[in-house]
Amino acid sequence: MKEKVLVVDNVSMKFNLMEKKVDNLKEYVIKLVKNELRYQEFWALQNVSFSLNKGDRLGILGLNGAGKSTLLKIIAGVLKASEGKVTIKGKIVPLLELGAGFDPQYTGAENIYLYGAVLGYPKEFIREKYQEIVEFSELGDFINVPVKNYSSGMKARLGFSIATIVEPDILILDEVLSVGDAKFRKKSEKKIKSMFDNGVTVLFVSHSLEQVNRLCNCALILEKGKLIAKGKVKDVSAIYEAKINEN
Amino acid sequence: MEVSLKTVWKNFSKYQFLLVELVKKDIKLKYRRSYLGILWTLLEPLLTTAVLTFVFDGLYHRGDRTFPVYILTGRLLYSFFSNATKAAMKAIRSNSAMIKKVYVPKYIYPFSTVLSNYVTFLISLIILAGAMLVFRVPFTIYTLQAVVPLLMALILSIGCGLILSTLAVFFRDLEYLWSVVLMLVMYTCAIFYDVSDKKFADKEPFMKLFNPLYDIIVNFRNAIFGTPLNEQALIISAIYSFGTLLIGILLFYKKQDDFILNI
Repeated sequence: MKEKVLVVDNVSMKFNLMEKKVDNLKEYVIKLVKNELRYQEFWALQNVSFSLNKGDRLGILGLNGAGKSTLLKIIAGVLKASEGKVTIKGKIVPLLELGAGFDPQYTGAENIYLYGAVLGYPKEFIREKYQEIVEFSELGDFINVPVKNYSSGMKARLGFSIATIVEPDILILDEVLSVGDAKFRKKSEKKIKSMFDNGVTVLFVSHSLEQVNRLCNCALILEKGKLIAKGKVKDVSAIYEAKINEN
Repeated sequence: MEVSLKTVWKNFSKYQFLLVELVKKDIKLKYRRSYLGILWTLLEPLLTTAVLTFVFDGLYHRGDRTFPVYILTGRLLYSFFSNATKAAMKAIRSNSAMIKKVYVPKYIYPFSTVLSNYVTFLISLIILAGAMLVFRVPFTIYTLQAVVPLLMALILSIGCGLILSTLAVFFRDLEYLWSVVLMLVMYTCAIFYDVSDKKFADKEPFMKLFNPLYDIIVNFRNAIFGTPLNEQALIISAIYSFGTLLIGILLFYKKQDDFILNI
């Protein structure tokens, strides 16, 4: 029996949507006095359960608003589930919105240390890998320029290079395989492929069935926060295709 | 969820490097584009003290040669408190990009903000030492007591920072409210007037009771001017400092999972 690295157990996520967004004290007090504070409950995820073995590559399918991002955020630890539990073994690296965590005033070099620290890498490790990161990102002399002067492609390249410098146990990919120019895209795909070969567990969100079929070995479909199908990628993508076509 | 001190400590040491990086970043960026750089930490209190001395010494004709030291002690502590809490209040919101993406213990943001302000504050104490030399306030064994009020100021600021950063996520107009509170704190801190003056005699007990920063400043001055600490002020400031820290931790811990829904 293979080792289970990710167990998602009966996870539900409830959002309290205020009918009108109140974000200041004045309005809050007025509404409180008038008794107008109303919340609307909204379940983004309901009783989602699945587990992944080491080396599994899971494609997450679903239309916009199905709860895919919420699920990934809960697994990444950014959001806390209202109910249920997520158990993770090993290091998890999210490749989401690359470069969003950079400080624009800081140079690329300084951001390597900062971002590395955010991802929880120790200092010596970053120092050791620094050269490798700079080389992989192909930024050259730009590494000493503040990030605010970078193009979005350059930012994404740097973000990708930092995030993938470790060998994570679980990798979260949210349509990031389209980073940078064609040349860098090839390189990043190669890097991710090599991670696949090393047996990394992958969670992959995409709207492209073709990509999911190519990269994943299992899949699940979310619809309005509910898990409606899971299993082998072939079976699930067939169900998904049928679903799309029926509408 | 069960939280033991041990797991909290383990998590903290894992992110210690991040804490150091964030503190470094704050300090570095603050002075990056300025010509005099970190020297501003020294120059700024020096200049404002010169102005305050000029105005208030002239006004009251006190003729006390150590008056600039008196002002500096109060002013340095007050500006640390006000800068640290104001910055900590924005800490969660200004790091929202990071918070939305990667898991990091969130208290690290307000905490590092207060710490970076504390570091610049400690550097600015050089000016105080210089002023003590120039205006011949002798260094004594009592000077070492300054550690106590300095620690209280840090704890109080961390506590207030945690409370404010939590509330500011939900109520954006808190910034304006807090600057009004800070103004009240400033005027009741006896930065540029002497409370031993009989004009203030009846107000002093209130200031002592309701303004913890005043108590901290009183004891800082006692240390600098070579007298023993005021016990009453020490106890009151300790109660406030640890009290706000405790409330801050509890409030932050209770609300931190909701941050992401509001930023």
